[in-house]
Amino acid sequence: MATLELQGLAKSFDKTAVLHRIDVSLQDGEMLAIVGASGCGKSTLLRLVAGLEQPSAGRILLAGRDIIRLDPAARDIAMVFQNYALYPHMSVFDNMAYGLRIRGLSKAEIGRRVQVAADMLGLDALLARKPRQLSGGQRQRVAMGRAIVREPQLFLFDEPLSNLDAKLRVQMRAEIRRIQRNLGVTSLYVTHDQTEAMTLGDKLLVLNEGRPAQFAAPMEVFARPADTYVAAFIGAPAMNFLPATMGEGGVVATLADGARLVLTDGARPGLAGRKATIGIRPEHLVLAGKGGGDAGGFATTLDLAVELIEPLGSETLVHGMLMLDGTSLTLVARLPGGPPSLTDGRLRLGVPAAELHVFDGETGKRVEVG
Amino acid sequence: MKNRPDYVAHACLLLGVVLFALPVWLVFAGSTQDSNAIERGEISLMPHLGGLGIYPDVLLHGSMGSAPVWHMLMVSFGMAMAIAVGKIVISVLSAYAVVFFRFPFRRTAFWVIFITLMLPPEVRIIPTYAVMSQMHLINTFPGMTVPLIASATATLLFRQVFAAVPDELVEAARMDGAGPLRFLWDILLPVSAANIAALFVILFVYGWNQYLWPLLVATTPGLDTIVIGIVKMIGVETQTQWNAVMATAVLALLPPVVVVVAMQRWFIAGLTEGDK
Amino acid sequence: MERRTLFQGWKLPVALVLPQLLLTFVFFLWPAGQAVWYSMTQQDPFGLGSVFVGLSNFRELFADPLYVHTILRTLVFCFAVSALAMTVALALALVANRELRGRAIYRTLLIWPYAVAPAMAAILWLFMLDPEIGLLGHPLVKAGLPWDYHVSGLDAQFLVVLASSWKQISYNFIFFLAGLQSIPQSVIEAARMDGARGWRRLRTIILPLLSPTMFFLLVVNLVYAAFDTFGTIWALTEGGPGKATETLVIKVYRDGMINQDIGGSSAQSVVLMLGVIAITAVQFRFMGRRTKT
Repeated sequence: MATLELQGLAKSFDKTAVLHRIDVSLQDGEMLAIVGASGCGKSTLLRLVAGLEQPSAGRILLAGRDIIRLDPAARDIAMVFQNYALYPHMSVFDNMAYGLRIRGLSKAEIGRRVQVAADMLGLDALLARKPRQLSGGQRQRVAMGRAIVREPQLFLFDEPLSNLDAKLRVQMRAEIRRIQRNLGVTSLYVTHDQTEAMTLGDKLLVLNEGRPAQFAAPMEVFARPADTYVAAFIGAPAMNFLPATMGEGGVVATLADGARLVLTDGARPGLAGRKATIGIRPEHLVLAGKGGGDAGGFATTLDLAVELIEPLGSETLVHGMLMLDGTSLTLVARLPGGPPSLTDGRLRLGVPAAELHVFDGETGKRVEVG
Repeated sequence: MKNRPDYVAHACLLLGVVLFALPVWLVFAGSTQDSNAIERGEISLMPHLGGLGIYPDVLLHGSMGSAPVWHMLMVSFGMAMAIAVGKIVISVLSAYAVVFFRFPFRRTAFWVIFITLMLPPEVRIIPTYAVMSQMHLINTFPGMTVPLIASATATLLFRQVFAAVPDELVEAARMDGAGPLRFLWDILLPVSAANIAALFVILFVYGWNQYLWPLLVATTPGLDTIVIGIVKMIGVETQTQWNAVMATAVLALLPPVVVVVAMQRWFIAGLTEGDK
Repeated sequence: MERRTLFQGWKLPVALVLPQLLLTFVFFLWPAGQAVWYSMTQQDPFGLGSVFVGLSNFRELFADPLYVHTILRTLVFCFAVSALAMTVALALALVANRELRGRAIYRTLLIWPYAVAPAMAAILWLFMLDPEIGLLGHPLVKAGLPWDYHVSGLDAQFLVVLASSWKQISYNFIFFLAGLQSIPQSVIEAARMDGARGWRRLRTIILPLLSPTMFFLLVVNLVYAAFDTFGTIWALTEGGPGKATETLVIKVYRDGMINQDIGGSSAQSVVLMLGVIAITAVQFRFMGRRTKT
């Protein structure tokens, strides 16, 4: 159907830049999840593509054609809104048919398209109802249906699941993915929920205060976060950060309490002698043997003063404090199985060298081996 | 939940109901009685069914030289409709422009409209009369209605209603390809239907009940509204046909009361949500 | 109140506001401007022309004890009507604001007088209280009581206040009831837990929470009594006997339309406009503060 390319897209309101030079390119049929904290500019980005706002700079190429000057209706784009934006006085059928009627499609063609979408979404029995007679989930489907019948080149989703309860959200998430794959329509999906972003996107764009923090495949973002912001944002519970000083040669990081971490995967010579931030995901921390010692392939072990244990059934979250030279640091570990046994309210956790992430202590940027 | 018996409440409310209903009942009862008996001070609260013939009489012929009541009712109805519909149409249009567009002097236009709120017809009767006579609008139907159509209140109300329409609804319509006029007609008006209905009731009553303005600009009997007509009737010094006056009064009361009662749900909502 | 999404273009919106602006200009701004102009001119005795006299019409107006009396009379009348109409309406609303059999019917039976024209209210009360033909008025006179609003200024004032407030009760009732219903049930329950009951609960909880409604209604009632009662008063007494029921609007009408004193009447119009502007300004300052919270 269509490729999408955003080139240097930027937007400012009254001289305040809300979006800085976004570059994205999507293959035909790919879904891009745009994720970030509220106010990061992700909705603005979507509205620029929709044509509801004009960008201050940049180009939007849909199927190779620059659509920046086109009216929203002329862009061949359909959008699913956060609050669904159904026309309250129209039936489900009319809600879906309205855009097609304006485009002057024949009655038969409108009927056919609405029927196909209704079958796909299980709305068949509800076509005569008004939006107020529908549940939240049903309204959400109608909003999807309204986008589907348009048979557009691009779908835009603006946090479409944020008004649903948790269970329905998981269900609709899978359904959106299934429908989008089946139709093969290139899509942008804005969300603040990193789980949705991870599961839905073929690609992930993380925005941080209007700047593109990382644009990559979801697992790539998870495995190799570009900076501490992305690292903290993607993954739950969030990654733990330990401030450290890198030794000469960039191989050994020293924590404030003197503990040494050896970066066995390789040296970061660029950081030699400077401040670094060491990241470790909660699920990568493991129980260290009671005897202690730095053995067992760990970069180091940490002595955690446990504050809270949250058993989740198949796994357990352990929250605790780490004392590093007078300053305390909170740390979360995600351990398999039931609650671990503590000694004097403490737990020794091993930090596997292979799972460490190293960031520049000043810029927060990821520092790779070499 | 409480021990106090409810009959106190019922008694109070009934008293209120009677306070309101009694004068109207009296006028109805009186309309069926003998005019001379009323003149002697013998009016009673018991209607005489035999006297109901006065209604077709005043409707078709009027009394004491007045125009037939049906004619005055038509004038009143025309005036009420013209004012209600006229106000709603021009207020919807201007509120729509002010809320959904940015155009030069938008704020100025809004303030000019807003200022009229501070100039009710009663305070500018003399100068407006002068303007009307320069425009040769005295004793014309447009003269009775058009000056009352401009209204800040209705514009403010619609501005509030339109501003409360979610942005996403507008955006959805734009993505669906609806232009400004299409959006107004297909989406905005149906969505605001309840507010329009409420305002219609309020304005219909307002138009029907006008007294000072028609008194001022329409002096020919052919343009007498029912309210004007009836006040003229009681001003007749001798030989007042009281039963005819009272029948006319009942007919004058009926239409606006029916409109309010029939549409009371919308009317109350519109009054208490919007107009303040 | 600014919207995010807007339609483009300026010709269409300008065309849409134009009718409203045109009417406003022709029937509001131009007459108002003329009123200001007339108020500063004087017709010569032969009606052949007018001369500019500055503020002398205003000076004359306020030097005239009759006019000052009319202002005071109007104020007393406005507050009397507002007080009576609001008190009765509040009492009815308090009684009606509870689970009561037939509540909807009561409501219908209490709101319809909203639809009665001010002039019609006069007609209705005339048949109740006319000393010759009135249902109550005639027996009163026969019983030897000196009741005649055609002669006694006090009687006329009483009647005019009664007829004017009678019509306004419904309007106030609707707002008081809505105001009472918007007080959260939990607040009333908390007051009950605290042991506040009866008069005390009314005075310390309900009335303070109702004060925005009261203020709003006070303004509306004052404006109503000042301007909308022209029909009531004109139909009942034409401002008489003497000048006992002459309000400012009655006087403007009489001086301008009947006595043809354009300059003086225009000066009165200007004074009225300033009065309305002052009331509106006060109201909007208050309302503005309220809508922000």
